[in-house]
Amino acid sequence: MLLIPCPWCGPRDEAEFHYGGQAHVAYPDDPAALSDEEWARYLFFRDNPKGRFAERWSHAAGCRRWFTLTRDTSTNTFTNTSAAPEVTA
Amino acid sequence: MAERVSPLAGFEPVSAEGLRIAEVPFLTQVNLRADPESPAAAALGDALGVPLPAEPGTWARGDADVLWLGPDEWLVVGPPGGAAELESRLRKAAGEARVGVTDVSAQRTTVLVGGSRSRDLLAHGCALDLHPRMFGPGRCAQTSLARAQVVLAAREGGEFAVLVRSSFAAYLWAWLLDAAAEYL
Ligand SMILES: [Zn+2]
Repeated sequence: MLLIPCPWCGPRDEAEFHYGGQAHVAYPDDPAALSDEEWARYLFFRDNPKGRFAERWSHAAGCRRWFTLTRDTSTNTFTNTSAAPEVTA
Repeated sequence: MAERVSPLAGFEPVSAEGLRIAEVPFLTQVNLRADPESPAAAALGDALGVPLPAEPGTWARGDADVLWLGPDEWLVVGPPGGAAELESRLRKAAGEARVGVTDVSAQRTTVLVGGSRSRDLLAHGCALDLHPRMFGPGRCAQTSLARAQVVLAAREGGEFAVLVRSSFAAYLWAWLLDAAAEYL
């Protein structure tokens, strides 16, 4: 099981967390102006790197805060845990 | 008036050498949301007789117990029957500030686990390091105990308050008894 570092609670079992996918995916400025293809790209298309990947996690069974951390997808090591709110503007 | 029945009313407390398990029903619980840096947070602390704990995973005792739940969230726990008074006291202290005060007394019941075996028992179902060096008196955490979400608060003398959702309480009690078999 992964030990995920919550910026508030410290390292906790993976089972306490909810995964929120790729971080820094900005909500479109004017969603109504998007074509169907552009909207689908916003909704469904995500990076899938081998290596460092910024992700959103929620400490669902703990402090219930969302935060961003960077996970290396090939080693599952975590860096840069941040309690800063997601900026999507 | 309707008779109140606590979630664990049907279960006998456990009292053995090295282990005590007992429900403390109907405690007053008020959820508090406030900006910890705001003047309102200081006023709320004054109203509770103790500053709102700022360090994650700690609790403090004033007129009531104040448990850190999150960076802007606390659980205030007091004796039974005090919710209305506590809620209005906190609202008065908050004034016009952006503060959330919610009576959640019915949400959870409290199980006290004490005795020299208390840590061993909880460790059967809790991934946190409960050693006194890591989780001594004054520490608290929201975590999973036997897959049930709980608020865990360490007290003096190796005693723990386990606050569990009312609907999970009977399950957790049964699990505690099962896990405690080797100590009874
Ligand atoms: Zn947390």
